[in-house]
Amino acid sequence: MSHATNITALRSDFPILAERVNGQPLTYLDSAATTQKPAAVIAAIADYYRHDNANVHRAAHALADRATAAFEEARRKVQKLLGAQRAHEIIFTRGTTESINLVAQSHGGHRLRAGDEILVTELEHHSNIVPWQLVAARKGAKVLAVRVTANGEIDLDDLDSKIGERTRIVAVGHASNALGTINPVDEIVRRAHDAGAVVLIDGAQATAHLDIDVAALDVDFYAISGHKAYGPTGIGALYGKESLLESMPPWQGGGEMIETVTIEHTTFNRLPFKFEAGTPHIAGAIGFGAAIDYLAAIDAQALANHEATLLRLVTDRLAQTEGVRLIGTARDKVSIVSFLLDGQHPHDVATLLDQQGVAVRSGHHCAMPLMQRLGIPGTVRASLGLYNSPADVDRLVRAVEKTRALLT
Amino acid sequence: MSQVASLAEIRETFELLSDWEDRYRYIIELGKSLPNLPEEHKVNANIVHGCQSQVWIVHRLENGKLEFALDSDALIVRGLIAIVLAALGHRTPAEVLAVDMDSLFDELALKRHLSPTRGNGLAAMVRRIRDIARRLA
Ligand SMILES: Cc1ncc(COP(=O)(O)O)c(C=O)c1O
Repeated sequence: MSHATNITALRSDFPILAERVNGQPLTYLDSAATTQKPAAVIAAIADYYRHDNANVHRAAHALADRATAAFEEARRKVQKLLGAQRAHEIIFTRGTTESINLVAQSHGGHRLRAGDEILVTELEHHSNIVPWQLVAARKGAKVLAVRVTANGEIDLDDLDSKIGERTRIVAVGHASNALGTINPVDEIVRRAHDAGAVVLIDGAQATAHLDIDVAALDVDFYAISGHKAYGPTGIGALYGKESLLESMPPWQGGGEMIETVTIEHTTFNRLPFKFEAGTPHIAGAIGFGAAIDYLAAIDAQALANHEATLLRLVTDRLAQTEGVRLIGTARDKVSIVSFLLDGQHPHDVATLLDQQGVAVRSGHHCAMPLMQRLGIPGTVRASLGLYNSPADVDRLVRAVEKTRALLT
Repeated sequence: MSQVASLAEIRETFELLSDWEDRYRYIIELGKSLPNLPEEHKVNANIVHGCQSQVWIVHRLENGKLEFALDSDALIVRGLIAIVLAALGHRTPAEVLAVDMDSLFDELALKRHLSPTRGNGLAAMVRRIRDIARRLA
């Protein structure tokens, strides 16, 4: 297979980028919230409904066979994306949030005892904090957070001081949605395993940008969302080591996940179906598979270079813009920049950028503990995808300058 | 609890301003001239929920008229507050309830700020004011 190396040309694969907003051409810089979808993904979803739609794993008819084959093929694509050894180690979920809740409730609910500790970091998205708080409250366990340095990196010395014999679970993001920081997950997995803890990585912000290899990482659980990696919303996955998934009780009950049911007793289906109660999001899984194919057809090095160049450009240009203060200056980052403009409220800045056709996110980015740690109410965040260009960066910087002139 | 600009002034000004920059410049100006809420009122009990920025509200009934004071940490939201106050301040509860805010914001081409999905909380603010008026009507 030949891999696309001309990243700039890929922009035209995304029909939505031709939209105008507020009378302006759209400059979409909110890919960390959700990426736009290439025509191939949109077509895969429509084609499924046009040609193959049926419920999976059940009926003995041709369409059901096709739908099941496509659904299971999508699972193998996710397996390959994550570098998992077995397809049944991939559980389809609604996304990262549901994947983490599954692990917290099933594994955590099963294993945690009073006084046990769950270690997260101050960098985490609420999705990687709140599920642990819920199970901790139920089991009398405690949630602790590793400190983050002023430039937005995990303080590994603090990790060492907080990890201990009571630590059962370490849950950490691969990359921060608020600041872009790429965390040293291999190092964290090693230290957590040395202490006998199980590790979950929230890969929501890694999937579109980084090479993921769960086998090489030796991580226990890895959670992702399709919509952050050019796939549809409502679909995601959980990777779990076979032995762990086998040992975990089912989470939700219903169809698909059972083997036999009597009113008195149910035996459960094998992996991965044990954790997939009810009719799954078949079209979503197929769309996700199409997104994985789309990414796989792009030269990985060319894509990484493109995003690194854009990140450097947007960082440098904003740093040189009067009134801008960059928030989060970690050495290793995915293509996300957070900033503040003078003393202006991030929401005011985002409102005026929106008027100029520039879509960014403002606020706490579902990371309130991080904002508290940094002593700020929130930031303005520009996050870039493969379809962004230096022209987008230029429009952002000009719009920021105009915004500053309007607000001061 | 003063009002910075009358509704008539705001309407007239908006009519003259055709492009978004001028309109926002005016909203920002309104925001700058909105009196600050004394710090002691900026407490949790006075927060209007449903806003991305912080918004506080206090009110009192004086000679049968509702007097509101609102503040926000965001300038554009303060400007929107000034418009809300021009429309709903210094009126009896019944008068407050009779004002059609939807059509006012429509007229000012600010309608999308009232949509409940916008983070600025304008819709939440108006709802809170109407709740207060309903209780006192
Ligand atoms: C780091 C991180 N974790 C978790 C999530 C939650 O993902 P989802 O809403 O797709 O479940 C997000 C999405 O904003 C995220 O950025």
